[in-house]
Amino acid sequence: MSSEHRDSAPPRAGFVFSLNDPTVRSLVYQILLIGTIVLIGWFLVYNTLDNLSRRSIATGFGFMGREASFAIGESLIDYTPKDTYGRAFVAGVLNTVKVSVIGIIAATILGTLIGVARLSSNWLLARLAGGYVEIVRNIPPLLQLFIWYAVITESMPPVRQALNPLPGVFVSQRGVRFPVPAADPVWAWVGLALIVGIVLAYVLNRWGRARQAATGKPYPVLLSLLGCVVGLPLLVYLAGGAPTQLDVPELRGFNFVGGMVISPEFFAILTGLSIYTAAFIAEVVRSGILSVNWGQTEASRALGLSSGHTLRLVVLPQALRVIVPPLTSQYLNLTKNSSLALAIGYPDLVSVANTTLNQTGQAVEGVVMIMGTYLAFSLAISGFMNWYNKRIALVER
Amino acid sequence: MKAVFLAAAATIALGVASGAAQAGPTLDAIKQRGFVQCGVNTGLAGFGNPDSAGNWTGLDVDYCRAVAVALFNDPNKVKFTPLSAQQRFPAIQSGEVDLLSRNTTVTLTRDTSVGLNFAPVTYYDGQGFMVPKKLGVKSAKELSGATVCVQSGTTTELNLADYFRTNNLQYNPVVIESVDEVNAAYFAGRCDVLTTDASGLAGTRAAVAPNPDDHIILPEIISKEPLAPAVRHGDDQWFDIVKWTVYGAIAAEEKGITSKNLDEFLTSKDPEIQRMLGVAPGMGGALGLDDKWLYNVIKKMGNYGEIFERNVGVKTPLKLERGLNALWTKGGMQYAMPFR
Repeated sequence: MSSEHRDSAPPRAGFVFSLNDPTVRSLVYQILLIGTIVLIGWFLVYNTLDNLSRRSIATGFGFMGREASFAIGESLIDYTPKDTYGRAFVAGVLNTVKVSVIGIIAATILGTLIGVARLSSNWLLARLAGGYVEIVRNIPPLLQLFIWYAVITESMPPVRQALNPLPGVFVSQRGVRFPVPAADPVWAWVGLALIVGIVLAYVLNRWGRARQAATGKPYPVLLSLLGCVVGLPLLVYLAGGAPTQLDVPELRGFNFVGGMVISPEFFAILTGLSIYTAAFIAEVVRSGILSVNWGQTEASRALGLSSGHTLRLVVLPQALRVIVPPLTSQYLNLTKNSSLALAIGYPDLVSVANTTLNQTGQAVEGVVMIMGTYLAFSLAISGFMNWYNKRIALVER
Repeated sequence: MKAVFLAAAATIALGVASGAAQAGPTLDAIKQRGFVQCGVNTGLAGFGNPDSAGNWTGLDVDYCRAVAVALFNDPNKVKFTPLSAQQRFPAIQSGEVDLLSRNTTVTLTRDTSVGLNFAPVTYYDGQGFMVPKKLGVKSAKELSGATVCVQSGTTTELNLADYFRTNNLQYNPVVIESVDEVNAAYFAGRCDVLTTDASGLAGTRAAVAPNPDDHIILPEIISKEPLAPAVRHGDDQWFDIVKWTVYGAIAAEEKGITSKNLDEFLTSKDPEIQRMLGVAPGMGGALGLDDKWLYNVIKKMGNYGEIFERNVGVKTPLKLERGLNALWTKGGMQYAMPFR
């Protein structure tokens, strides 16, 4: 009875395990591949731990909480040798972020200028820009860092004969010292007001644009921007009693004390990386602009747009689509190249992690931390740039 | 940067090399290979430095050669791997070098969690400061506020922080990986102070300074820096060979045996000398070496005193006194364990 019933049932369209089935086959291969990778990974990790314990080399991240007992030349956060390895690492990471962010901005500005200059109809300007690109991008970045570092330490005057180009500003082998407003609680509030102002300006701007689109009423963009970003902090500053006290550097003992300093190490790594990466960005920008058909420029001129408007409204939006993906790679390169800082003594994350792994002997953990941090940086940068790329991508209508 | 690559290589090597720590594989591997791979300084006058002809010289280098003589009776059966302070531990951990003879300070952490075994101390050192004479500084206690150049990945970096903390002094470190770049930064004037082991300061002043008389080494010695060769954990036989090669050179000086008068001692009545020189067999065999091993070492390399005077002694540009490195019978600390 049951067999009869089964026979009469409609043939199941379901699953038959056969390697001839392409779906099954691809699934099996994928599972095999992933399984092999996991197995190899597990083997490496297991074997490493086994070998480390056999040679009684310490493992684990317990050292992060121990006292570091080494000093760091410059740090964005308060750090003394009494702090932990963990805090030292954070100080190093922040130094890397500092040089990467400022470097990316500087390299983008410089690279864009050079790239545009290379396309200029001015013969001399175009050749100079071309020469810059060819020379700078063909010299290894490490050598350029050494050159920049040597330029400061060898050519600047000793600290006691520091140049004094402006009152309170001193330039010497020890870097550039300049006065900053003396510490006052008002400055914290001014900073807060600046952040609030930027957010406010952004919100108002969006609202204004929406209103213009809906009603046609123009919105005073510049005025509202100025009011929010400059006016608001200024108001807070005046309300706080407008402190005018300056922290001026002065020579005391071995060095200048007070004010703010741009160290030779930071200057060398920033200048070296910006100039090196700018050469690549210049080529990216040039290729992006060249990718936009000349007819576009002619058409916009025929419509009566000025050359500035042509560049801003017609050429650049199209060029950016070509520029952004390779630009992302250059940003990633700059960030990763900042690890060369160790060679000239800028305390970046590799420098700090290296000292840590050397003092603790935990090379595996140190390298894992360095790799993990760079991976996080790179993913963040490429994530942001992908988002930006999508935003400016051609929208097919 | 190189340190990171090396550390990464070490990571991979540790991962792949499975069960590399059985008893005694190092000696077999070296014999098969035909030479000792020795990690030395990238360039430190008197300790590990290539001369103008490209031959490695120095006290640390001579201990590499001494081990090569103990094994092969040939001081040239050794290859040198120049290592920065940061590269040295991954290099010895991963097995890239058999022996690390690179002015390395013995510390508890290095002996334990770094996974090293230290042979006896070949040079008792201490950390000092060098400053330009024109600063007029007479004591390290006057250094508050100074900028200090220091090599990264050394005990020096930690002692420096400890010393300034203990004495409530402020300082600003410039930490650079390569010793050449550290020296260049100091001599260019980027720093007020250069700090490293006192022997290293003497070497740098003699060999690198544009005018050695412009710089003074301050009297304070702020740390103990016992420098010793090291091997990695897990091969006791290899450790014993390195250890007793160091003791052998000291013992020879204790007995008055030098490379010149060595053969006169072959007929000595002193049973310990007979054991040392292989006249009475047994000592070499216990180490897994030829019984003539120490005879060969003394013949080719000399005793401890000869090695010292040849590389760093008062007749060299370093002009270092024996001091703590004199024999224990002469008020120093060099003391060999009995050959029995």
